[in-house]
Amino acid sequence: MANIIAVVCASYGLAQSVCDGEDLAERFFRSDHTNNWAVLVCTSRFWFNYRHVANTLSVYRSVKRLGIPDSHIVLMLADDMACNHRNPKPATVFSHKNMELNVYGDDVEVDYRGYEVTVENFLRVLTGRLPPSTPRSKRLLSDDHSNILIYLTGHGGNGFLKFQDSEEISNVELADAFEQMWQKRRYNELLFIIDTCQGASMYERFYSPNLMALASSQVGEDSLSHQPDLAIGVHLMDRYTFYLLEFLEDIHPASQANMNDLFKVCPKSQCVSTPGHRTDLFQRDPGSVLITDFFGSVRKVEITMETINLTVPGIPLERFGGEPHTETALAYVDQLPVAQIIHQKPKQKDWHPPDGFILGLWTLILLVFFRTYGIKHLKHIF
Amino acid sequence: IGMKVRPVLSDPEKQRGRSAAVAIAALVIAAGIPLWWKTTETYRAWLPAARISELEALQLELRVEVEVVFARGTLSPEQQKKVPASRITYESCCKSKSLCLVEADHALHTLTETSCGSVVIYIIPEASALLPQDMRVYVGRSRTALLRSQVASVVGAGLPEVLAALDPQMEQVLQTMSFNHQDVTAALTDRLRPGLSTRDSLADSMRAFKSSPGYEITFSLLNPDPKHHQLHWDVEAALDAYIYPLLHKMAPVANFSVDSQILYYAVLGVNPRYDASASAYTLSADSLAHVINPVEARLGSNAASSNPVLNFLLYVPDSLHSPLIIRNDQKQEVASNAFHSPRWGGIMVYNVDGAYGNDTQFPVDIAIDMSRVMGVFLSQLRLMLGFQQTGAPPGFVLEAAGREGVAEWELDRLLWSRSVENVATASASITSLAQLLDQIANIVINDNIAQQVASAVTALQAAVAELEAGNLALALEHSREAISASERAFFDPSLLHLLYFPDDQKFAIYIPLFLPMCVPILLSLLKIFREVQQHRAEKRAKRD
Repeated sequence: MANIIAVVCASYGLAQSVCDGEDLAERFFRSDHTNNWAVLVCTSRFWFNYRHVANTLSVYRSVKRLGIPDSHIVLMLADDMACNHRNPKPATVFSHKNMELNVYGDDVEVDYRGYEVTVENFLRVLTGRLPPSTPRSKRLLSDDHSNILIYLTGHGGNGFLKFQDSEEISNVELADAFEQMWQKRRYNELLFIIDTCQGASMYERFYSPNLMALASSQVGEDSLSHQPDLAIGVHLMDRYTFYLLEFLEDIHPASQANMNDLFKVCPKSQCVSTPGHRTDLFQRDPGSVLITDFFGSVRKVEITMETINLTVPGIPLERFGGEPHTETALAYVDQLPVAQIIHQKPKQKDWHPPDGFILGLWTLILLVFFRTYGIKHLKHIF
Repeated sequence: IGMKVRPVLSDPEKQRGRSAAVAIAALVIAAGIPLWWKTTETYRAWLPAARISELEALQLELRVEVEVVFARGTLSPEQQKKVPASRITYESCCKSKSLCLVEADHALHTLTETSCGSVVIYIIPEASALLPQDMRVYVGRSRTALLRSQVASVVGAGLPEVLAALDPQMEQVLQTMSFNHQDVTAALTDRLRPGLSTRDSLADSMRAFKSSPGYEITFSLLNPDPKHHQLHWDVEAALDAYIYPLLHKMAPVANFSVDSQILYYAVLGVNPRYDASASAYTLSADSLAHVINPVEARLGSNAASSNPVLNFLLYVPDSLHSPLIIRNDQKQEVASNAFHSPRWGGIMVYNVDGAYGNDTQFPVDIAIDMSRVMGVFLSQLRLMLGFQQTGAPPGFVLEAAGREGVAEWELDRLLWSRSVENVATASASITSLAQLLDQIANIVINDNIAQQVASAVTALQAAVAELEAGNLALALEHSREAISASERAFFDPSLLHLLYFPDDQKFAIYIPLFLPMCVPILLSLLKIFREVQQHRAEKRAKRD
């Protein structure tokens, strides 16, 4: 009898916990990710490409505002616009004309700057094949439950994107890099946004699962810039990213906007080019994917139900690690080694031939010439 | 005078010209083409492709060593004679009836030496008073279990029948203590099709960190109100007493590095709502998700390693928002006042408003009760490290681990799933690396990579062999070796694929180099060939 009652109570308890578990499971399994990463790359240098840096910084700003911390963002800027000597307002990068919005802000952490932004470094970041001395902030430490946002902007063409005005990355290399990421399960889902001319060609060759891609223009079209600022003298933003930023400013961390809204950003009337997207490799329906799944970082939380009772009175805390060792006081290395400076040997200069040597050499050549061919040619020179 | 005269060559000169052309052509074809091929190919060291393809069809066999001990009274004398080795010492130490279960378990534990991964099941008679009436199985803190025999010792029944009758119960015990089908599929979730594992095991696998060679654990105290609260926490002693024993036991699994910090003026990202009925500020379950991000931006992390970081935060609310309680979905108070986030860590809210009155002089010195705090953090740490909270089957009593942090059979369970996970991940890395290297033809494979791959394959095969033999500790060691070698091989910085050139660009590069050289050679060969043919035709005509 007692057995039967016990069994019934046990099954009731199980049902109750299953109900709680269902709510929890619902929240858990709406999407599979537990953390978010962002890789934001601007690939162009020179002052007249101000708009590409402003593009990347505005996406950085939105992503940070929606919750992704700096430790999970890899920001690569190929040139420094804020401290460029042509910038009439130093330490600012504006995205609206009349200098309404400063996207550089106070809190920018650039991980790869200037000449460090190369195709090799970008591919190394994606595939994880960095040298062991690379610090944590320069690595993409994602796991199999990470959603990654990758944003590229710069000058591109049919099937390639130009880095630093000297090299290119092709769509085949990019697709291979994503396949290597998939093989090692370095992402759960990946959103790829590219704002360049003929951007749709860059996602044509993708073949790994769970990829969604957006581009600002189709093959054969150019992505156009938005508006110049007469005080700064350059175009401030590209059209697609300008309207993307406007769209993202309305998103807050608890927003329920989904990807179908993102696909409608910047129609042809505003953008002049036709934005494109690719979702055939993505497993979930884009209508059920929230914007904050990629742009924000909404954590899953669980209430801690079990605790361990450690408060046993009367038992003293045993020292496990042994005697507490006293630490030696630490001091800084001598910053200015004066002794070494004073006794420094003079630096050896590179050897140049003596100054008169070259002059004498040319005089000799001229003399030989006139001797051979006659003095009458001299009048053609003087 | 302006006419062009074609020079007439004599026969020996023509012959010399012909042999020169043929010699150059022969040199180009025989020496030039192989030289060009050799100097433009990428260096690819030899990989053991046959052994790697064997790994693709890897079959894992897991063997658990079980020792079954029959107590006096469970077997009839005839059956007892058939048992190979009998231990009668059980009776001698458990004579008194008032012996409680824990002490009996401890006494039994001292009898046998159990190796990692093995299980000892003691069958006790049905009428024994050691277990409460409705409980069939008791699982202790070490690797022993007490099973109440429900087979009445029937006269005439042979030993095989008794064992066969005990089989299903013993299988249930083993599935709880070692591993079951769900655990193994959960360890392999990212390699399996979705839908094969249950939702609970999927939640477990999402919550716990993946197997990694090391973890960093950071304990942080968040004090948003230093003007009113002067907090003292003796974290070093608490870590020594409560956390390090667990980490020391987990040493075969991974390396741990622990640090702690105190953050001042750190606020939660959400505003708690005041609830008059409970006269406290409350945080509802949905707002908890937004708490972590603003705090995480201020937490430091060890920049030296790329190991996953577990964060445990202790938040003491400021005096204006005290006390702060957490409510779950059903609007009930949570006993632990703590929550955790999968693969990140846990946060506990510690209220100190009871420690002082309204008219004390601020700042108040408050000593934090570390045992209460560590109780919560320890249970959260167990969840993060992979000790599942799956409930016991009906009729089972599972002894809680208590101060030791983890029972030995729980640790064995984790070791089983970690070994399987490591073996699966390492074999997947090796096979996908081999596939990638095959697919992308312009990656240079250095000798050290081939060596890493070979050592990874060897370690994998050793791990699989040890799993089959039932030596869990050795299997885990080999699987760790295998996974570290395979990760090093896969993520070697030299494995970046060289620049991709589409075929038309390759032609554009080679044609200006080779065409000017090849055209004269080809034309002269053609000319020689035509002359030879003409000569042969003339000869035939002459003969006829």
